[in-house]
Amino acid sequence: MATVEHSNGAHSAGVEDGVRRRDFINIAAVSAAGVAGLATLYPLLNQMNPSADVLALASTEIDISAIKPGQAVKTIFRKQPLFVRHLTPQEIQAANQVPLSELRDPQSLAERTKPGKAQWLVTMGVCTHLGCVPLGAGEGENRGPFGGYFCPCHGSAYDTAARIRRGPAPKNLEVPDYSFKSDTVITVGKAA
Amino acid sequence: MSFSWAKAYEPKHPLMRWLDQRLPLPRLVYGAVGGGYPVPRNLNYWWNFGVLAGLALTIQIVTGIVLAMHYVASGDLAFQSVEHIMRDVNEGWLLRYVHANGASFFFIVTYIHIFRGIYFGSYKAPRELVWMLGLVILLLMMATAFMGYVLPWGQMSFWGAKVITGLFSAIPVVGTSVQQWLLGGYAPDQATLNRFFSLHYLLPFVIAGVVILHIWALHIPGSSNPTGVEVQSEQDTVPFHPFYTAKDGWFASLCITLFALVTFYAPNYLGHADNYIPANPLSTPAHIVPEWYFWPFYAILRAFTSDFLLPAKLWGVIAMFSAIILLFFLPWLDPSPVRSGNYRPTFKWFFWILVVDVIVLGFCGGRPAEEPWVMISQVATMYYFAHFLIVLPIISWTEKTLPLPSSITASVLHGEAAEAAPIDMSGQRPATAH
Ligand code: HEM
Ligand code: FES
Repeated sequence: MATVEHSNGAHSAGVEDGVRRRDFINIAAVSAAGVAGLATLYPLLNQMNPSADVLALASTEIDISAIKPGQAVKTIFRKQPLFVRHLTPQEIQAANQVPLSELRDPQSLAERTKPGKAQWLVTMGVCTHLGCVPLGAGEGENRGPFGGYFCPCHGSAYDTAARIRRGPAPKNLEVPDYSFKSDTVITVGKAA
Repeated sequence: MSFSWAKAYEPKHPLMRWLDQRLPLPRLVYGAVGGGYPVPRNLNYWWNFGVLAGLALTIQIVTGIVLAMHYVASGDLAFQSVEHIMRDVNEGWLLRYVHANGASFFFIVTYIHIFRGIYFGSYKAPRELVWMLGLVILLLMMATAFMGYVLPWGQMSFWGAKVITGLFSAIPVVGTSVQQWLLGGYAPDQATLNRFFSLHYLLPFVIAGVVILHIWALHIPGSSNPTGVEVQSEQDTVPFHPFYTAKDGWFASLCITLFALVTFYAPNYLGHADNYIPANPLSTPAHIVPEWYFWPFYAILRAFTSDFLLPAKLWGVIAMFSAIILLFFLPWLDPSPVRSGNYRPTFKWFFWILVVDVIVLGFCGGRPAEEPWVMISQVATMYYFAHFLIVLPIISWTEKTLPLPSSITASVLHGEAAEAAPIDMSGQRPATAH
C-alpha cells in the first residue's frame, strides 16, 4: 500500500513538505463531490419557485368609470384580490389630517396615489399580516374603526388611505404598479 | 437488549430457525415488542398512549393510501374528487371520515403522551433523545396535518394555506420570497396543491422512520415508570409479551370504540362547515381558524398585537415556534434529580396549572381575534413561557421532594410509606432517580 511505502521512504517530494499526493487527491475529490452536491440541490429547491407561466405578468385593465365616490370594487390581479376605491373628499381629508409620525408605515396619501388623482386609491386586497382579504371594498362591509378596511382574521384596521393603523399587520396595503391609460381606465401591472 | 435478564430469542419452529440464521427479523421483533423486552411491572394507563399513537399512524397511512387512489390534486378537481369520494366511491365516506377524524385522534393521543412525559419526568437523563425525537415527530405531524387539510381545497383549506405560509413572510428581508417559494406563486394555487399532496404522501413515512429511532433510543434504558425509580433487578420487570401486549390490546380496543363512536355519529363535529365550500381566493371566511389541535399555538401567534423592537407579526411567529422549540430544552430546564411528579409536591401543582393554561390557550385560539380572548391569550402565553423558563428551574432547586421508594417492586408490594425510610441497618440503599 502506498501509505506503507511512503512512511519508510523519505525520498518522495510530497512527504518532505508534509503533503502527500493522496491527501491532495482526497481533498480535491471530496470538494468536487461537495460542489456537485450543492449544484444538484439547486434545481431540486429552485423548482419550487413560481414557474414561468405564473411569473408572466398578465397586466389587467380596469374600467373605473362606474365607481362612484365612496364606492370600491374588488377584482383580480396575479390571482390575488385588488381593491380600487373612489375616495370622497371627506375621506381624502381624513387621510391627510393624520400626522405621518403617528403611522406604523409612514406614507402620505399623495405617495400612495397618482399625481392629481388623489381620489383613486388602488391597492392589493391582501392583508400584510398573513394575507387574508380585508373587508371594506364590498357594499355594507365592515370598514373598521378607521373607515378604510378591516381584516377579520386577526383584527388589522386600515384607514382611508389603506394604511395600517391598528392590529398585527406591519405594513400598509401594497400599492401595485399601475398607470392611468385614460381618465376612466387603469392598467395594473407592467403594461406589455 | 436493555437488561441482562432479557430472554434471548429461541426459535421453536425449524422454519423460524432457518430464517433467524439468515435474517434475524424474528429476533428483532421478539426483543422489541415480544417476550424478550423486559418492562417495569408498575406502568399505569398513561403508558398506553405510545402504542396508541403508533396505531393512529397506521390508520392514517392505510386510509390515506386508499384515499389517494381516488383523490385528484388539481385546483379544478380536488374539491370535486373529495365529494366523489364521499358520495360515489364504495365506502368512500367511511375512509375519508376515518382519515379526517383519525388525524384528531392522533393528536389527542400524542398530546396526552407528551403531558405524560412532562408529569413523570420522562424527558430526563438518560431519555433526553427519546424526548427530542418525540418532538421531531410532533413537528412532522403538524406539517403533515396542515398539508393534508389543504388537500380538499375548501375555503378553510385555501385560507389556512395562505395564512400559515404567510407566517414565513414575517422573516425579515427574505420572507416574501420564502413564502412564494413555498407556494410556488403569489397565492395558493395549482402548484401549491400539487406539492402539498406530494409531501403529505411522503411525510407519514418519514414519521414512521423517526418513530423507529424513538423506540430504538427508548429501548436502550427501557421505559421509565410512575415512580421514576430505575429498574434494579429482574423482579422489577415483566416481559412485554404477554403482559403489555394484553394491556395495550384491550385499551386500544376501548379507544377504537370511542373513535368509532365519533367517526360514525359526529364525523363533522371536529371539522369546519366552511371547508364544504369550494376555495374562493376573493373572499376570506369571516372567522378562519385552524383545526383544534393547532389552537393553542394559534392563540400564541395572535397574542402579539403591538410592535416592540420587532414588528408584532414577527414576535407572534417567533413565539409560536419557540413554544415547541422550548420543549427541546426541557431536560436541562428542569434539573431536579427526582423524575416523577408523584414525589414532587410543588411541581405537581404547577404541572396542573400548565395543563389548564394550555387548555385556556386552546380555547382562545378557537375564538375570533377579539376581546376578551386576545387579552386572555396574552396572559396565558406569558404563563406558558414563564412556566418553563422561570417556574420550573426555580422549583427544581427549591422544592423539598418526597422520599422515593427503594425499588419498583417495593413500591408495588409493600406500599410506599414503609419503604420510604432512609438507608437502614441492613445496608439497603434507597433508590434515587439517578
Ligand atoms: C401522519 C399521518 C397523517 C395525518 C396526520 C393526515 C392528516 C390529514 C388531514 C387532516 C386531512 C384532511 C381531511 C379532510 O378534512 O378531509 C388529510 C387528507 C388527505 N390525506 Fe392524510 N394524513 C396522514 C397520512 C396520509 C397518508 C400516508 C396518505 C397517503 C397518501 C394520505 C392521503 C390523504 C389524502 C388523499 C387526503 C385528501 C382526501 C380528504 O380530504 O379526505 N394521508 N390528511
Ligand atoms: S391576516 Fe389580516 S389581520 Fe391577520
